[in-house]
Amino acid sequence: MPEAAVQNETLARTGEAIIRAQGIEKYYEQPSQNRIQVISATDLEIVPGEILALLGPSGSGKSTMLRMLSGLSRPSAGEVFWHGKPIDQAEINVAIVFQSFALFPWLTVLENVEAPLQARGIDPEERRERSLRMLDTVGLDGFQAAYPKELSGGMRQRVGFARALVVEPEVLFMDEPFSALDVLTAENLRSELLELWAKKTMPTKAVFIVTHNIEEAVLLADRIIVLGRNPGHIRTDFRVQIPQPRDKKSEPFTQLVDYIYKVLTRPDVMPQAPDQTGTKVRDQRQMHYQMLPHARPGGIAGLLELLLDKGGRDDVYRLADDLAFEIDDLLPIVDAAQLLGFLKVEEGDAAITETGAEYGNSEILRQKELFRDAAVEHVLLLRQIRRALEAKSDHTVPEEFFLDMLDEQFSEEESLRQLETAVNWGRYAELFDFDASRRRFVLPETQEEEAGAGEEEA
Amino acid sequence: MKIQEPFARTFVTVRKWPFFIDVGVGLCALAVFFAVVHTGEYWLGRPVPVVPISLKSSSLPLYALYSVIRIGIAYVLSLGFALAYGYIAAYNKRLEPWMIAALDILQSIPVLSFLPPLLLAMIALIPTHQLGIELGVILLIFTGQVWNLAFSFYSSLKAIPREMMEASRIYRYSGWQRFWQLEMPYSAIGLVWNSIVSVANGWFALMACEMFQLKESSYQLPGLGSYIQTATYEGNMGALVAGILTMVLIVVATDQLLWRPLIAWSEKFKFEQVESADRVTSPVLELLKRSTLINSLSTRIVTSIGEPIYRSLAKSDSCRVVKPIDDDQKRGGFDVLSWIVAFAAVALVGWGATRGILLLRAVSGHELLILLAGAGATFLRVNGALLISALWTIPVGVAIGFNPRVAAVIQPVAQVLASIPATAFFPILLIGLMKIGGGLGIGAMALMLLGTQWYILFNVIAGAMSIPSDLKEAASLYRFTRWQRWRTLILPGIFPYLVTGMVTASGGAWNASVFAEYTKLQNRTLEITGLGAQISAATDSGNFPVLLIATILISLMVVTVNRLLWRRLYRLAETRYKLLG
Repeated sequence: MPEAAVQNETLARTGEAIIRAQGIEKYYEQPSQNRIQVISATDLEIVPGEILALLGPSGSGKSTMLRMLSGLSRPSAGEVFWHGKPIDQAEINVAIVFQSFALFPWLTVLENVEAPLQARGIDPEERRERSLRMLDTVGLDGFQAAYPKELSGGMRQRVGFARALVVEPEVLFMDEPFSALDVLTAENLRSELLELWAKKTMPTKAVFIVTHNIEEAVLLADRIIVLGRNPGHIRTDFRVQIPQPRDKKSEPFTQLVDYIYKVLTRPDVMPQAPDQTGTKVRDQRQMHYQMLPHARPGGIAGLLELLLDKGGRDDVYRLADDLAFEIDDLLPIVDAAQLLGFLKVEEGDAAITETGAEYGNSEILRQKELFRDAAVEHVLLLRQIRRALEAKSDHTVPEEFFLDMLDEQFSEEESLRQLETAVNWGRYAELFDFDASRRRFVLPETQEEEAGAGEEEA
Repeated sequence: MKIQEPFARTFVTVRKWPFFIDVGVGLCALAVFFAVVHTGEYWLGRPVPVVPISLKSSSLPLYALYSVIRIGIAYVLSLGFALAYGYIAAYNKRLEPWMIAALDILQSIPVLSFLPPLLLAMIALIPTHQLGIELGVILLIFTGQVWNLAFSFYSSLKAIPREMMEASRIYRYSGWQRFWQLEMPYSAIGLVWNSIVSVANGWFALMACEMFQLKESSYQLPGLGSYIQTATYEGNMGALVAGILTMVLIVVATDQLLWRPLIAWSEKFKFEQVESADRVTSPVLELLKRSTLINSLSTRIVTSIGEPIYRSLAKSDSCRVVKPIDDDQKRGGFDVLSWIVAFAAVALVGWGATRGILLLRAVSGHELLILLAGAGATFLRVNGALLISALWTIPVGVAIGFNPRVAAVIQPVAQVLASIPATAFFPILLIGLMKIGGGLGIGAMALMLLGTQWYILFNVIAGAMSIPSDLKEAASLYRFTRWQRWRTLILPGIFPYLVTGMVTASGGAWNASVFAEYTKLQNRTLEITGLGAQISAATDSGNFPVLLIATILISLMVVTVNRLLWRRLYRLAETRYKLLG
């Protein structure tokens, strides 16, 4: 832990919390006795005067957490309080800035900003005046009659901010507000947000931002919470002590980024939270299917070749930086290479293994062979698909067969994504093929035979 | 980028136009007033089942007015019903599967099968006024219009992006505000296009339903449909042509005065990130936008009605808290009331079904055999008509679609042609056929063709236009043979559109069979073997058991074909033949 960060056990208690979550969980019941735990029991407080950033890899339930804290989604267990009252009974005053902006394209900029005030029964004149003032504040003076589709992405998100701030929310929630924007626009909007916050131009008492961008979190936040996944839980919760304005190149800044990065990549060592309800909860790490990272074989090959160029070992964060990748985009590729035994990650450094080196140095056909061997050896799902295909006389198996098995362990959506990745890998390794129109897995050989027989089909 | 001051357009450009338009709008209001008073008088009069029809052309405008009012009321009812039905189906988890399955079956039932129950019920309900008979016919037209509207609204509601729903929730929109600012705008385009199809269906049914027999009694209402039928029956060619011309005039006028402005207006509800280059234009919409009277009136009405509603809703308890979205998803516990309702529904359905089965016992085995033979004949006829339509529309549609300038002219024309009810042309076509020695068999196929081919043509043109030009260039660059071009580029490219067109056409053809296979011409009744003819004949003679079983057969066949054939083709279209990006 670098000096810039202070563990947040006592500090959070300084003021009275605006929003307090007590043991909130999210899970989905399955028809069988299992259930899929998305977020395990979590306590969290949003207190006045701070910008709180929630960081985590994809699949750690960041957005779900935001929706539970803002009252949009009901926790499966536990409760959220607004100034001590249950949140679904309190008259809360919050706003959300969405990743997709969520503006109404048929309303003008002004009407979009006015709409929340209309919902609160405010008179047309006052509505108009407040909205125009807010548009002025976010730098959209003169654009009130334009439609959102006439604006650039950055300006659209400014409308999103205006709409959120016009209701003078006590807590401003932001769900990856800058990730749909280009780098420069995002940078610009971030600093303007900080300026509004520092000058107290907005009456907002607390900001809660969900992001997967480590730098963004360190740049903006007074307090950072890092989530881990499977199921989502708080890994660490600390204050950022670097004074504003923060310099991205300064030593404390880079140290803190590095530290968070290590937290994100270090093997998970947190103990499982006990479950009081008596229903059987299965921990995905103990289950027999590994979670396939959603990476493409081409990406894995690219990463290994790059690592070889760098002498077979490099800091993953620096790698991401060199590639101008978001960490969140690089992590699945690293995970995949690690799963296949091509890579080892220790202390934030990625080191290539012997097979990994051979893979990186080979030409394409040999690469496929190596990938096939590694996949069959390390990845249970791929091994099962291959075996099932070999065992059946017609060498085809419907997709549902594997979906049913995966459903025991993953949510419906994740099962589909798992199979999609499996198809990607299997096709590349020429282990099997997938007939998308019949939704069936087939062996490559039978595919060829069929192609000869069924020319008419096309 | 276009930036306008919000009110500048209304007050500045307007000066050239307002007087003449405002006078026009005033005249329209006067005409509407007259229409309301006149129809009111007629409706509230004593019931006259057979209103004599005069074939003088001077009486045509009044008949046209009556028919337009029938269609208009039926459409407004359909829209209201469709909105309510779609809304409940989309938001009530427990009822949703039931309501959607019901919709699927109801839309496969031919309109005419609804006639006896609806009419008898309405006459029993309002026995002392003409309104009873009128309502029966209006509701009949309603059944031909409502289902696709309900489907369209339901699927639009289900497709609203999650974050927009969340935004409306976190900013504490009332149900009212959500409806007007999110749900209606999002569904607008689908509703407009489906309204065009619905109203066309309404005219199709109206032509045959203003004049009919039920058991021993005849009914004849003043209207365009009766006029055309009477002219046919008496063999008065002059009147027949005048009637058809009036019909065409009404359809073209509706297209220009109502649909095109609506389509152009609904463009603003397109859910797009970038403004598209080509837009539908409508001079009528431009005129309306420039009328000061309409603008100031509508703004004033909207604010004076809307603002108090918003203010009072904002104070209501449900708008002060944010209700979790996933509460909607929960099925929740059964309370006493819903138990009672569910029980009553089950009892009612049980009673009705038993009575229905008892009714069916009256059908003899021989009659059933005839019905099955009829079903086979109609099946062949419907699919023959579809095949012929596809055979001529695919090459023609592709040729038009590949030539954007021609397509821009032809597409609106095809749209109007699709809206003209083929039932209006049917008599004249049949008379012509008889002259050259053809029979009702050919006539029936011709009616199905007339009623359905435009939908296929319309869709094939759209499909051909959607094939990207780089694919076409690649095909000519690699010197594809004509056969190769069709097999690898054109057919796969138009496939999804073709399937959509064929499904619509197939539904239309089944419905048309009821009118096509049984008709009265110059004092004779013509009939050929077919399920449609059997339904018509059973209505005429009041043979309810046969009517019921024939209806069950026809919807069974439509639903089965939908499940076995069209749904699979749809899936194939979505997975394999979808042009990405």
